[in-house]
Amino acid sequence: MTATFVGMPPFPEAARVALSDSQLRSNLAHATSTIRAKRVAVVSEVDAWEELRLAGAAIKDNTLLHLDEHLLRLEESLTANGATVHWARDAAEANAVVADVARSHGADEVVKVKSMATQEIGLNEALAEQGIAAWETDLAELIVQLGDDLPSHILVPAIHRNRSEIQQIFTRHMAEAGRPAPDDLTDEPARLAEAARLHLREKFLRAKVGVSGANFAVADTGTLVVVESEGNGRMCLTLPEVLVSVVGIEKVVPTWSDLDVFLQLLPRSSTGERMNPYTSTWSGVTKGDGPQEVHVVLLDNGRTRALADEVGRQALRCIRCSACLNVCPVYERTGGHAYGSVYPGPIGAILNPLLRGVGNDEQTDSLPYASSLCGACFEVCPVRIDIPSVLVDLRAKVVDAHRGGIPKPEALAMKAASLAFSSGRLTGAAERMAGMAGRVLARGRTGPGGRWLLSRLPGASSWTNARDLPVPPAESFRAWWRRTGGGRR
Amino acid sequence: MRVALMVTCINDALYPETGKAVVTLLRRLGVDVEFPAGQTCCGQPMVNTGYLDEAVPVVRTFVSAFEGYDAVVAPSGSCAGSARHQHSLVARRSGDAALVEAVGELSPRVHELSEFLVDVLGVEDVGAYFPHTVTYHPTCHSLRMLGVGDRPTRLLRNVRGLRLLELPNATECCGFGGTFAMKNADTSVAMGADKARHVRSTGAEVVVAGDNSCLTHIGGVLSRQRSGVRVMHLAEVLAATA
Repeated sequence: MTATFVGMPPFPEAARVALSDSQLRSNLAHATSTIRAKRVAVVSEVDAWEELRLAGAAIKDNTLLHLDEHLLRLEESLTANGATVHWARDAAEANAVVADVARSHGADEVVKVKSMATQEIGLNEALAEQGIAAWETDLAELIVQLGDDLPSHILVPAIHRNRSEIQQIFTRHMAEAGRPAPDDLTDEPARLAEAARLHLREKFLRAKVGVSGANFAVADTGTLVVVESEGNGRMCLTLPEVLVSVVGIEKVVPTWSDLDVFLQLLPRSSTGERMNPYTSTWSGVTKGDGPQEVHVVLLDNGRTRALADEVGRQALRCIRCSACLNVCPVYERTGGHAYGSVYPGPIGAILNPLLRGVGNDEQTDSLPYASSLCGACFEVCPVRIDIPSVLVDLRAKVVDAHRGGIPKPEALAMKAASLAFSSGRLTGAAERMAGMAGRVLARGRTGPGGRWLLSRLPGASSWTNARDLPVPPAESFRAWWRRTGGGRR
Repeated sequence: MRVALMVTCINDALYPETGKAVVTLLRRLGVDVEFPAGQTCCGQPMVNTGYLDEAVPVVRTFVSAFEGYDAVVAPSGSCAGSARHQHSLVARRSGDAALVEAVGELSPRVHELSEFLVDVLGVEDVGAYFPHTVTYHPTCHSLRMLGVGDRPTRLLRNVRGLRLLELPNATECCGFGGTFAMKNADTSVAMGADKARHVRSTGAEVVVAGDNSCLTHIGGVLSRQRSGVRVMHLAEVLAATA
């Protein structure tokens, strides 16, 4: 895969391009509305849903509070179970571990379970530089990889593609990566799935090294958990001789019984299913069964930075379900690529700035503003991440990071507004000026009720390009109240 | 009970008729509402754009204007939400313990109009007459930040002559979002266009909401489309009589 998010423009620019793609708009509207309806149906049948959400948030918060202890416990249990634990501060360290393991077995390819952590660190690209091919085996990740494309959704990375586009990708590109697509392939879902199955089977049977992430890591028992729908993950986790799992340090839960809560929350929130088809758990090495060499890479890559943020640390509760993407009106229209990261949508708008830090690059700084703050994400989040509040807090951090230099027009406008709104008298004066200016600029078009409308307003073209604006009235409310004694004179 | 009208800066400057409608409505229900002249803005434009320091003097002004009242009524879910849920954040930023305490005492007394009518006054039939077909857009902050639920539609269903038509995808954001409407204008307009499409599909003459900020956006799109659909604040519908 050569496609990369590196060098993506800030959100408003990237969104503008995406918004003009009508095929993308229609694919996304169809897919997100389908999955939204499925989620609502299976969530509403759980009476104790709110209690489950509270429990999920509490388990994660308590774990994060003593993260160091839980991680050491996890390392101890994993090691006792015969696994080798590696600690990676950043993407480069994690990628190097995986490459070393593959090379030590003379492997020039690995098969991959769908994993956000390995996407985040750019593992496939790093392995490719070492001459090691990383084959995605999740159907949607396969579509993205074959199409030399980028993922646009956490759960459904090819959500921006429809089935006829997928048929074209398979027909054109499968042969380059292995077994070609059948000549008579159609866009029927069953035929597409069959083509993928045949293409992947030879990779499953051949690969010596499997690479995965993990949805959860149980500290007590030294168990990793992968939750999936297709069974490809189970193939990668059981067939190869060697297994390397890259696990974000926030994935740890203290005990096996904590899974009770999350295995109820996750499938209903993500695929809209009561239960996911495949839940794989493994605790290190089991003699004579499955991979006989097991590595676990515990990845920081900005997570301790996020943990240090008092407001933002709740983002580390995230279980990557994608419910916030599916309900987000911004995501539904722009798609995932506009966020310039493997973590798009509302969670991406907070997670990327928290992992990377703000004030360093324009793209990251634009993400907390990629939201109308409607709050739909918070409403559906299974671990109650108050995304709107974190967005607002991150906006303040972005602004604070830029204080001290030459102020931008926006900063000057905010300072002026702050002054005008510091007293009722000054507000009244500002209103009189705005009213006069508005009536001078009015072009005489009137709207319903005879109100004058502005179709153009210098300095506000981003509003008036597509929206009319009412002209300020001759008299503000405040002036009316004073003149008439509150309408009594 | 001393009741203050928090008219909000947008209604003060752009929609005085909405403020007058609240006065008319509350007087009809026996409430002698006052207008503290020192009031300005809730500070939300600054807070939601990240300018917390700039919001501090605005929140101070808010507190000194309203702290003497038993109840504060705002014809806006968003501005009431800002007072209830964001002022504490700004006060903490100021480092002024007295402001933190004053905000903590005042915030719970701030009510959005439909909350005040239904919860404080206990009224669902305000004696209004409005012989038009109407569709109602529940604004995000009234719905999700304040949790006004079906209070606005309960009030509307009791208006004589009014026919309420259901808005498809009603709870989806209209795309206004404060400075989002300018900073991400293309996305905002794309959302607004979908909201306008749903409004027009109802065939209603008027789209009603509890926030004139959202209605400026929805109305701006509907007006540019020459749709002929009017936007109107909930207060103006509830104030209307035969």
